[in-house]
Amino acid sequence: MADVAIPRAKPQLSEDSAWIQLKHNRNWLGFWFMVPAMAFLIFFLAYPLGLGIWLSFTDTRIGRVGQFVATENYEWLWDDSIFWLSVFNTLLYTFVASAFKFGIGLYLALLLNEHMPFKAMLRAMVLIPFIVPTVLSALAFWWIFDSQFSIISWSLKQLGLISQNINFLGDTTWARICVIFANVWRGVPFVAITLLAGLQTVSPSLYEAATLDGASRWQMFRHITYPLLTPIIAVVMTFSVLFTFTDFQLIWAMTRGGPVNATHLMATLSYQRAIIAGQLGEGAAISSAMIPFLLAAIMVSWFGLQRRKWQQGENND
Amino acid sequence: MSSVQIRDVRKSFGNFEVLHGVTIPIEDGQFVVLVGPSGCGKSTLLRMLAGLENITSGTISIGDRVVNNVQPKERDIAMVFQNYALYPHMTVADNMGFSLKLRNASADEINKRVKRAAEILALSPLLDRYPRQLSGGQRQRVAMGRAIVRDPQVFLFDEPLSNLDAKLRVAMRTEIKELHQRLKTTTVYVTHDQIEAMTMADKIVVMHDGIVEQMGTPLELYDKPDNQFVAGFIGSPAMNFLKGHVRVNGVATFEGPNGVKLPLKTAPTASDGRPAVYGVRPEHFTIADDGAEAEIIVVEPTGSETQVFAKVGGEQVVAVFRERHQFNPGDKIRLKPDPALVHLFDDATGKRLNA
Repeated sequence: MADVAIPRAKPQLSEDSAWIQLKHNRNWLGFWFMVPAMAFLIFFLAYPLGLGIWLSFTDTRIGRVGQFVATENYEWLWDDSIFWLSVFNTLLYTFVASAFKFGIGLYLALLLNEHMPFKAMLRAMVLIPFIVPTVLSALAFWWIFDSQFSIISWSLKQLGLISQNINFLGDTTWARICVIFANVWRGVPFVAITLLAGLQTVSPSLYEAATLDGASRWQMFRHITYPLLTPIIAVVMTFSVLFTFTDFQLIWAMTRGGPVNATHLMATLSYQRAIIAGQLGEGAAISSAMIPFLLAAIMVSWFGLQRRKWQQGENND
Repeated sequence: MSSVQIRDVRKSFGNFEVLHGVTIPIEDGQFVVLVGPSGCGKSTLLRMLAGLENITSGTISIGDRVVNNVQPKERDIAMVFQNYALYPHMTVADNMGFSLKLRNASADEINKRVKRAAEILALSPLLDRYPRQLSGGQRQRVAMGRAIVRDPQVFLFDEPLSNLDAKLRVAMRTEIKELHQRLKTTTVYVTHDQIEAMTMADKIVVMHDGIVEQMGTPLELYDKPDNQFVAGFIGSPAMNFLKGHVRVNGVATFEGPNGVKLPLKTAPTASDGRPAVYGVRPEHFTIADDGAEAEIIVVEPTGSETQVFAKVGGEQVVAVFRERHQFNPGDKIRLKPDPALVHLFDDATGKRLNA
C-alpha cells in the first residue's frame, strides 16, 4: 500500500517515474509471471525440437561433433527400404490401432453410460490398462505372446485346437497383430472414458424428446448421440492418433522392431539408428520425418475442431 | 383429437409411492392444467401419459385405447419439455421435421407441414437457424412447432414457461391459449404456477402429495375450494386463514383468535363451538365500522390496487383494495369480510364446511 500511495502523493518526483511506471505496469508484471512457463517450454520442448532438426542436417555420431551435410541424411533415407518399411508400419499401426480404439472405446462408453449394477466399479476397471505403466503391460504381453510359454498357445493346445505353439512375436503378421492388440488394449480406456464424459453432457431430455418423436435406439445414436459427440471425438482421436504414431515403449519392450523389421515404427527405428548404432544425425532425420505426418494429423483435427455452426451462440440449457 | 382417461393411476419408485390413485377424466379438446407444488406428482403423471414412465397400476387411455403398454411413439402424443429439448445440431426446420423424417414421410410432406407450423407460430424467418441462435421465447415456439407438426391426438406441456422471464411468460401464456383455441387439440399442461392454471385452463386439477385435491373450472376452484389446501393454493395473494370456533347464538358468527368476532352468513348445522378455520380472500375485505379491529403493518400500493398487511386478533392478514387508501403503519382500521364470500374449513381435516 505504501509504494502505491507515495508516488500518488508526490507526482512531481518525475526522475524515477519511468521505473515506478514500469513497476506498476501490469503487462510487465504479467511477463514475469509467464517467464517460468516460457522457460520450461523453451528448454524442454522448443530447444530439443530445434536441436533434433539441426542434428538431422549433420553427420553427428555419438562421441563426434558432426558437420553440416545439408539434406544428405534425408537422401540416404529416401533410398533406404527399411525406413520406408517403418513408415508403412507406422501408418498401418496408427490407422488400424486407432480405428479399433475408436470402435471399442465408443462401444464401451455407450455401455458404461447405461444404468447397470456396479457401474462405478466397472468404470474404474476400464481405466486399469491406462494406469498400469506401459513398460509393465508390454512385458506382460511379451510373456503372453512368448513363443514357448504363451498362455494363449497353451490354452489352445489344451483345448486341442492347435498342436504346436503359435510363434506370435516371431512371425511378421502375428507380430504386427500382437503389437496392435497391445496398443489397442492400452489405448481403449482413454478413448472410452473421454467419450463417456462427452456422452454425459448430452441432456437426457433430448433422448426423451427423440423417444416421443419415434426414434429407435439406433436412430437415437445416429441422429442425436453421434452428431453431438463429434467435437469430442475429434479431440480424442487426434490425441489417440498422435500417441499411437509416436509410440515407442510397447514396441521396444515387446519386439524391438522385429521380426525382420516388421514392427519397426519410425520412433523405434530412430532410436535404433541414433542411440544403439550411434548415428545421431540419421536418427534425428527419421524423427524429423515424423513431423509432416504429425502436422497433417493436427491439421485434420484443427479443421475437425472448428466450432460447428450449431455450437455458436448461447448455450441451450 | 381424442379424450384421455386416467383411472386410479398409481406410481411407485421402489417402495415409495408418489401417486396414490389418481383419476382424471379429460374430454376431447379440453385444456386441462395439472397444478400443484413441486413434488406433488404432476410431472410424473404427465410423463406416464407420454410413456416415459411406467404405470405401476391403474389405466391410462387415449381415445378408446388403453395405452399402458403402448410404446411412446405409438401413443400419438407430442410433448413440450421444460428445457425445450431442442436438438442443438439441427436447424429449426430439422427440429420440427425430425419426427416426420423418422416416419419416412416424403420431403415434400415434411416441408409442407413444417412450413404450416412455422406460419402458425411466426417462425418462418427462423427456419434455417440453430437453437443456440434463438431467444428463449423463440426456442419455446420451436418446441411447440415440433409438437404441432405431428398433428397429435394430445399435446403435453411440462412447465413450458418456467424458463422464460416474467414478461415473456405472460405473452407466451396468451399465445399457447390462442393456439389451443385455434387447433382445439386435447391438451394436458403441467405447471406450479396457479396464475398460469387460472388463465389458461378449461379444467384445473389441483394435485398435492400424489392425490387430486380438486378438479374443476378455474372459477369453481376460486369460488368453492373443496379444502383448505386448494383454497390456499388458488388465488393471489393467497387466502387468509384464521383459526377459531363457530358460534351459533341466534346469529352465526366466528370467534377468531383472541376473541375477534367475524361474520358468517350461515353456520353448518349443529356446529356451535366447533373448531374451524375461517378463510377469506384478500379482495373480499371491506372497510366498515362493524368490522374487526386491525392494526396496519405494511401498505403496498401497486397503482391498480393497494395491498394492506394488518394484524387481526394478533394474526397477520392481507387485504386488497381497488381504492387508494392513505394508511400508515400502526393505524387502526376496521376490516369486514364479505359474509357471502367467506369459506369455512374443518380444523382437523381441512374439508370445506359451508355450502
